[in-house]
Amino acid sequence: MQQQPLSDDLFRPVERDAEEAEKIAGPSLSYWKDAWRRFKKNKLALFGIIVLLILTFMAIFGSAISGYNYHNTSLINANQSPSGEHWFGTDALGRDMFSRTWYGARISLFIGLTAAIIDIIIGMIWGAVAGFVGGKVDEYMMRIADVLIGIPYLLVVILLMVVMEPGLFTIIIAMTLTGWINMARIVRGQVLSMKSDEYVMAARSLGASTPRVLFRHLIPNTLGEILVTLTLTIPNAIFTEAFLSYLGLGVPAPMASWGTMSSEGVKAMQYYPWELFFPAFFICLTMLAFNVIGDGMRDSLDPKERR
Amino acid sequence: MEKNHVLEVNDLKVSFDTYGGEVQAVRGVNFHLKKSETLAIVGESGSGKSVTAQSIMQLIPQPPGRFKGGSVIFNDEDLTKKSTKQMEAIRGKDIGMIFQDPMTSLNPTMTVGRQIMEGMIKHQNLSKAEASERALELLNLVGIPNPEARLKQYPHQFSGGMRQRAVIAIALACNPKVLIADEPTTALDVTIQAQILDLMRELQDKFETAIILITHDLGVVANMAQRVAVMYGGKIVETGTVDELFYGAKHPYTWGLLASMPKLGSEDEDLLAIPGTPPDLADPPKGCPFAARCPHAMKVCTEQMPEYTELSETQKTACWLLDERAPKVEAPEAARIGG
Repeated sequence: MQQQPLSDDLFRPVERDAEEAEKIAGPSLSYWKDAWRRFKKNKLALFGIIVLLILTFMAIFGSAISGYNYHNTSLINANQSPSGEHWFGTDALGRDMFSRTWYGARISLFIGLTAAIIDIIIGMIWGAVAGFVGGKVDEYMMRIADVLIGIPYLLVVILLMVVMEPGLFTIIIAMTLTGWINMARIVRGQVLSMKSDEYVMAARSLGASTPRVLFRHLIPNTLGEILVTLTLTIPNAIFTEAFLSYLGLGVPAPMASWGTMSSEGVKAMQYYPWELFFPAFFICLTMLAFNVIGDGMRDSLDPKERR
Repeated sequence: MEKNHVLEVNDLKVSFDTYGGEVQAVRGVNFHLKKSETLAIVGESGSGKSVTAQSIMQLIPQPPGRFKGGSVIFNDEDLTKKSTKQMEAIRGKDIGMIFQDPMTSLNPTMTVGRQIMEGMIKHQNLSKAEASERALELLNLVGIPNPEARLKQYPHQFSGGMRQRAVIAIALACNPKVLIADEPTTALDVTIQAQILDLMRELQDKFETAIILITHDLGVVANMAQRVAVMYGGKIVETGTVDELFYGAKHPYTWGLLASMPKLGSEDEDLLAIPGTPPDLADPPKGCPFAARCPHAMKVCTEQMPEYTELSETQKTACWLLDERAPKVEAPEAARIGG
């Protein structure tokens, strides 16, 4: 191979700059920017986000688009198949399925989100305190959780429904009554493994108080795991709501959730399958979206997985 | 408390209650620390060095840890009697600590700057802006180039040596009187080790900090310390100035440590190890803890713990060989430095 002739001045020593030698390569990314960068690489999770955004948008504006509201009955138009007039058809009382589906989305997403967030707040604090304080406190707190989770879930819900008025908040309370325990266990496990990490000892050696260590050091480090659990708790809550509604323990008429709609749809499944198809389809789609997002988050939020 | 002493540890005893019974990790340790000096505590793993250090800071988790006796006197006050709240005011402000592994001793979800500022905001009531300015100064001081950018970075963006520098900056943020360095260079590679030690010495001169250096590297000791305490089996078996211990050690365990140090110029020789393992502190021997491994052990060694013999004003050794009735034993050839 032909080489360029090397001139003499190429052999002069290079002047070194100490600053240059330690120059920072690559931009400084905050934790969230870095996580988002990795999240974006996961196409499936991105798809999940888009689906969710569309669902949310439709839940807010869906009934406005079709021009029908979710509760007006019209027996003349009962059980119509999907058409230009009623895009998703109508149900047994002639209510527009399109509007009802998106109204149901509103209820289902609301219940799912609220229940999950309440679960997380209670579970996070309970688990973090139990794990961090340890000893007897941990023992008692976790045994209380064990007892609560030991009570048959459906029984609790039915009893609550008897005592309280059926409605949105009864369902949310029924679901969060035992729902937080899972979260508490996850956070406790994380905190237990992290509290012996050196940076916790280091923070203590700087005079950090217990609440400070807990909220500034331990919980931020479990946040990845918490968010992942959140995204997996939401579909779970939505599904539980659907299941309770299906059993007739859900939101009262004329309110609609995907669960109550499926429950009604099943009755007419053989003749008017779309009455079951639409709510069932959107339950599946939402569950799928949340699950792929959760999966993507698991990969991108782990602070040790940074590349 | 003597006048120029900043810290005194008197007859400190710490145990851990485990399923296997009580483990007596520290069994009566005495030492003191003078202003702006470096005291090295050496000994092998499990000899109680780190537990001693953490006891000074009251960082032993209780339970399972338990103070069985003794006192840690700092500023004429006994730290073992302090409440959690009172200790929190002392930790980081008057006594700082550097940990072994810089990879794990920084919080991965907080910026380095934030972590340096934490202590200053708590202890010195600085505003955020003031603390940030001071953090910048500190990063400069510990030799991290480009401190403005580094302040906003996360620990994973730092190399190991830089992290340890940052850890030192955190520990020194409030100008503590005492700095406890628990094997500060063990996790670093050799070239970085030297830099970190230089840095610590330089900052010690500047701030007049007294350092307790915990290590098992005698090279580091020779480099850094004025005095050495050799720990074995939860007790200090020999203590003295660096010269006294390196050139006139009297305890067979110290000889063993010196002999096991690799030397330049020794060609084909194998490294000398001290045969055997340290005693089980769940069931400590009633005599000298080193008796089972000591090549010069006598009957008395297994029966009773020897008292300290004062060989000079600074050197004290707990060994039966120094008794008049014991046979005369000379330090082995291998334990002589440069000899």
